Amino acid sequence: MPAPKNRSSLGRALDLKQGRIDLAHGSGGRAMAQLIEELFARHLDNPFLAQGDDGAVLPGADGRLVMATDSHVISPLFFPGGDIGSLSVHGTLNDLAVMGARPLWLSAAFILEEGFPLADLARIVESMGEASRAAGVPIVTGDTKVVERGKGDGVFITTTGVGSLPPGRDVSGRHARPGDVVLISGTLGDHGMAIMAARENLGFETPIVSDSAALHGLTEALFASGARVHTLRDPTRGGLATTLNEIARQSGVGIVLDEAALPINPAVAAACEFLGLDPLYVANEGKLLAIVAADDADAALAALRAHPLGARAARIGTVQADTHRFVQMTTTLGGRRIVDWLNGDPLPRIC
Amino acid sequence: MCLAIPARVVELRDGDLAVVDLAGVRKEISLALVEDVALDDYVIVHVGFALSKLDPEEAARTLALFAELDGSTAP
Amino acid sequence: MKYIDEFRDGALARKLGAHIARAADPGRRYHFMEFCGGHTHAISRYGVADLLPANVRMIHGPGCPVCVLPIGRVDQAIRLALDHGVMLCTYGDCLRVPASDGLSLLKARARGADVRMVYSSADAVALARQHPDRQVVFFAIGFETTTPPTAVAIREAAALGLGNFSVLCCHVLTPPAMTAILEAPASAGGVPLDGFVGPAHVSTIIGSAPYAFCAERYGKPVVIAGFEPLDVMQAILMLIRQTNEGRAEVENEFVRAVSHEGNRKAQALVAEVFTRRPDFEWRGLGTIPDSALSLAPAYRAFDAEARFPVAYRSVADHKACECGAILRGVKRPQECRIFGTACTPENPVGSCMVSSEGACAAHYTYGRYKDA
Repeated sequence: MPAPKNRSSLGRALDLKQGRIDLAHGSGGRAMAQLIEELFARHLDNPFLAQGDDGAVLPGADGRLVMATDSHVISPLFFPGGDIGSLSVHGTLNDLAVMGARPLWLSAAFILEEGFPLADLARIVESMGEASRAAGVPIVTGDTKVVERGKGDGVFITTTGVGSLPPGRDVSGRHARPGDVVLISGTLGDHGMAIMAARENLGFETPIVSDSAALHGLTEALFASGARVHTLRDPTRGGLATTLNEIARQSGVGIVLDEAALPINPAVAAACEFLGLDPLYVANEGKLLAIVAADDADAALAALRAHPLGARAARIGTVQADTHRFVQMTTTLGGRRIVDWLNGDPLPRIC
Repeated sequence: MCLAIPARVVELRDGDLAVVDLAGVRKEISLALVEDVALDDYVIVHVGFALSKLDPEEAARTLALFAELDGSTAP
Repeated sequence: MKYIDEFRDGALARKLGAHIARAADPGRRYHFMEFCGGHTHAISRYGVADLLPANVRMIHGPGCPVCVLPIGRVDQAIRLALDHGVMLCTYGDCLRVPASDGLSLLKARARGADVRMVYSSADAVALARQHPDRQVVFFAIGFETTTPPTAVAIREAAALGLGNFSVLCCHVLTPPAMTAILEAPASAGGVPLDGFVGPAHVSTIIGSAPYAFCAERYGKPVVIAGFEPLDVMQAILMLIRQTNEGRAEVENEFVRAVSHEGNRKAQALVAEVFTRRPDFEWRGLGTIPDSALSLAPAYRAFDAEARFPVAYRSVADHKACECGAILRGVKRPQECRIFGTACTPENPVGSCMVSSEGACAAHYTYGRYKDA
């Protein structure tokens, strides 16, 4: 996206208070150039974007590269603890982190709906800039398109990330082995319940805040502990239960959880009670699931707990041999049950 | 069959409405189906309505029943 | 969470389990039906069966309003939304129920129907007020717990003179369903029931009095149990004692919320707004007389079936479906030919798999590791 250097040729500045996206902003002309310069480049400013070309020239990286991409269509766009912008940055960073990679660069593509308020867009992009800077990973290139009113949900964002994988690291959902220990970095269900509570048609007031965060600092701390890390995941849509079922299937093992060990905030538990939801199936956006060799579990847990994002880290289960690949749980009552795959998005129920 | 939870009444509002609190989660509900509800009472909440009051003494008695168990003959 | 966590305590559960094991006579088998789907869910979700001795078996009853809702009723709701352009307000539970022509309310929404999930009947009335130019229909399902909230909503709509609000009334009654279970002929393979665990929240409304007929006419004890696993275990202990002592009484474990006469205010509201249908088709149980409600003549203006031409058409269940036998406690989910194969929670063929507290769904989701 070329950005003309002579600002005065673009005319009046963008009205970031009252203005709205219109089709001209996506048509490649003066309006789009202005949008890029006064909104995107301003908040996402870094040497790569400042090159002002259609693509970013990147320095070479050592060793293997990892690439990941994520699209974000969340509603509501703004919620306690974040917004679609910060979420889109954290989501892709985390996809790289759970591969064991060190994130290097991000791209961001926007599909904007005609009529979308510029004030909201500015807020979102500013949030992305903050998330990117806090993570130390620049957004080096991007794209903007505009669709007619009614053909989009305000804004859709797709982020892609590239990271480098240090030699010797081999983290995969296929590597869980019987005897391994299952660790979680903190409380379950915060993000999903923050979103659910923010939906105005449900009318709940809660102190619940999304846990949206970048996890690559936490993963590096885990690797630095020397623990043999077999699998890493961030349990997003479908919650911990879905993630564990995926891993069990990939690795051909069973998993047994200890319900009493699961860290859950009281407000999240309460909100789930109101709506008949199970925290095991509710999305997280800043939590790390780690499956590690049994002998290294203590060191791994200590490393997580020493990091600000892992203060509530806990040992929650073990991997066992199981041809059926069930994920089971010992309940707080002392009984047993399966923790099955999710059957569609969790919906509030009355019975 | 009917999902209902006990929650504490923390605010009374006009029009038979109230706000209940469960571990920090607050929700406005209707008191149209109950009577004589006061602040700090616990009510059973189902689909946004209080169905009945929860009797704290009976709750304590029931718990004591579980705990004593040995030698208990009364239901 | 007060009044919740204490009733889920593992140490107390183990104590209760030990007492149940001591009370149960090793020389006999006990079969109790937990009528309410919420109890089925609690038993499965906490693994209560693991704390019971092998000779005490819980049979899952039909107290799951989504499970017993006939396909034809969901079809009515879908037709109102798709063909008549109403704003169809429904509880979340109904959104994914598969109906005729491969549709569900959720799929109808994908086709452009205005289907809205609500948490409360009051939300449906609020939507009607906000959209005076639209017809708003509330899909009212549920047993006696959920009926009074619908009554309040209808009276509010009447007081406001809302001409654009109506209700598709599918409220059903608990005692007639219990009668249908008790009347199921033993010759049909019915397992002799030793007693019922009575529903928790239905009983807060109707009280413990209406269950007397189970004890008096059929000689079956009923113990009303609270919603939490310790409540259910205590109720099972009380049932075992009654059975051992040859008693048949209605006892109340849920004394903290249930009284003998129930919630009179709620009962009066329901009596004013609703009347009994002569009969009603229940999925899996067939047509039961005097078992469901429709709007009383004074409130007929709010009856969606009177306002719109959406007559009820019965839809038969799949031939291989054993829900009828399962709802009566005659068969177990594992004994159905299509359980877990053609019929799963993702593709439910019959009512017991539809909602998470149906017997088949509960076993599939929480307990099928025992079959493996």
